[in-house]
Amino acid sequence: MNRLQNLFKNKTNSLLSIYFTAGYPELDSTVAIAEALEKSGADFLEIGFPYSDPVADGPTIQHSSEIALENGMTLHVLFEQLKDLRKTVSIPILLMGYVNPIVQYGVENFCKKAAEVGVDGVIVPDLPMYEYEALYSKYFIDNDLSNIFLVTPQTTEDRIRKIDELSNSFIYLLSSSSITGGSLDVSSGIEDYYKRIKAMQLKNPMIIGFGISNKTNFDKACEYANGAIVGSAFVKLLKDEDYLNKIPAFIKSIKS
Amino acid sequence: MKYGVNDLGYYGDFGGAYIPEMLYPNVEELRQQYLTIIEDPAFKAEFDDLMKNYVGRPSPLYHAKRYSEKYGANIFFKREDLNHTGSHKINNAIGQILLAKRLGKHRIIAETGAGQHGVATATVCALMGIECIIYMGEIDMQRQAPNVSRMKMLGAKVIPATSGSKTLKDATNEALRDWIANPVDTHYIIGSVVGPYPYPDMVARFQSIISSETKKQLLEKTGNELPQYVMACVGGGSNAMGMFYHFLDDEDVKLVAVEAAGKGVDSGHSAATTFLGREGVLHGSRTILMQTDDGQVIEPYSISAGLDYPGIGPQHAYLYKINRAKYVSITDDEALQAGLLCSQLEGIIPAIETAHALAYLEKMQFKKDDNVVICISGRGDKDLDTYIKYFGF
Ligand SMILES: Cc1ncc(COP(=O)(O)O)c(C=O)c1O
Repeated sequence: MNRLQNLFKNKTNSLLSIYFTAGYPELDSTVAIAEALEKSGADFLEIGFPYSDPVADGPTIQHSSEIALENGMTLHVLFEQLKDLRKTVSIPILLMGYVNPIVQYGVENFCKKAAEVGVDGVIVPDLPMYEYEALYSKYFIDNDLSNIFLVTPQTTEDRIRKIDELSNSFIYLLSSSSITGGSLDVSSGIEDYYKRIKAMQLKNPMIIGFGISNKTNFDKACEYANGAIVGSAFVKLLKDEDYLNKIPAFIKSIKS
Repeated sequence: MKYGVNDLGYYGDFGGAYIPEMLYPNVEELRQQYLTIIEDPAFKAEFDDLMKNYVGRPSPLYHAKRYSEKYGANIFFKREDLNHTGSHKINNAIGQILLAKRLGKHRIIAETGAGQHGVATATVCALMGIECIIYMGEIDMQRQAPNVSRMKMLGAKVIPATSGSKTLKDATNEALRDWIANPVDTHYIIGSVVGPYPYPDMVARFQSIISSETKKQLLEKTGNELPQYVMACVGGGSNAMGMFYHFLDDEDVKLVAVEAAGKGVDSGHSAATTFLGREGVLHGSRTILMQTDDGQVIEPYSISAGLDYPGIGPQHAYLYKINRAKYVSITDDEALQAGLLCSQLEGIIPAIETAHALAYLEKMQFKKDDNVVICISGRGDKDLDTYIKYFGF
């Protein structure tokens, strides 16, 4: 059982996850940010590795990715930075990024290396279910890494059931079909969507992401799911020169 | 078809649909329906009618006599430049707008590089009375300004892509982001044989009219429907795939695909994908793309906006890998010179994209009786500024 599965066993509501891009704002800010987030009370983390063409991301994460790449971030550099991660950070950690850098690194090597530095799961938005299942799932399973799938209001029931079957920690729920950095959909139809999913009685917990930026929509998301992920709103905070010292107040403003 | 797509959307190791879940319902809907729709007799009738009466097909197969004399073979020009809107792009745009209508979509998005696909899309949207949004790299909007005006005149909204290299790949990213945010009412008319399955196959089918006509025309003109050589330029690869399509299984026909070398393949300013690229994933398919060791996409360069793309369609990647077609490249200078030569020998000002294919004739060794078909993918009106600046007219 990895840390992620352990977390969901012990805590089932109001889980807060934070996304940030490795290598942003500075090349070696990655671990310091992770440490500050754990101290401030984040329940788990998503560390993004940058890609030149992030089609599922809005302007904020496009920008952080661009700067991270300019700073010299690569998967090799990231794994080097995370070498001693588990000496100082104990909450579950996911890596999030696009498939091409992983393919170039080698999927098997990537999984081995991720497990070696203490990563618990991976989110790859553009890795198709078929390719995952047929070609790559063995490497994930061998290395006790959870692969996280996304679900949108347009995802059919059959497909959600299949995703539930292939998942072993949580399912990443989007409030609407959108890129990152938008706003949480709180329209009337959305309740039906959450109710529909709840009624399916899936085996995996649900975390809502994309468009969660403050306490109001974090709380709203937690009414429907086991927790939520804040990404762009946190990445914006990192623009501040004194960003490390601002992290505790940011987490408190959402979780209090 | 030996070189066609398999049930999983692959050509050998290439293809597939590497897309985020947000795009899955749209792409899956297309996958399930595209063949049924385009093989429906009513669809075919409407497509054929528009091709004939609106686009002006069949496009002529012109025996270019002065070119033939110069290069010592029978050179034929397949005149896609004479199509309505001035390039092959209209073939695909007509096909996809008819498909979008049958899927009940009432909003169209597209990316464009040279602006030819944007103009073709804006045209068919005007024809059908459907809202049209075109994404175009900011740099391309400058170098292809006449096409931006044409799209606006046709009623399309043109949105500049300001990220990355501000060219075709970034316009494609923006179009994909738009599609993610509009998952129900919108159809994305991709302009080349790229993108997630079923796009590469669907676009190839719509463009295959180029080679089906060519076969008939060759038979009439030469007594044999098969030539020795078929040549075309490659950006994403749609005019080339349309030109190759019905010759793929005729193994004696040599296929030549011409990429843009920009300032030279080793100059750091190039778009010669097969020469500089490696296997990877770009815009939803596994293909060959220009990338760093770390898998970041390298920003390409070509004077030709339509060839300024870091990848090629997955079927091209496959034909390259198994050596069914030969992939070569031509520099900016060679292409511009070829554009001038074609203008003055044949009275045809070609698009700079097309001029790349023409330029490669210089490097071919023909036998006297060889029949050679070259796809004149578009006309050069949009490129006059670039030609004028280069030659100082
Ligand atoms: C005239 C012309 N030829 C060729 C191309 C390249 O596209 P493809 O490789 O898909 O044919 C373009 C693209 O804009 C074009 O306008």
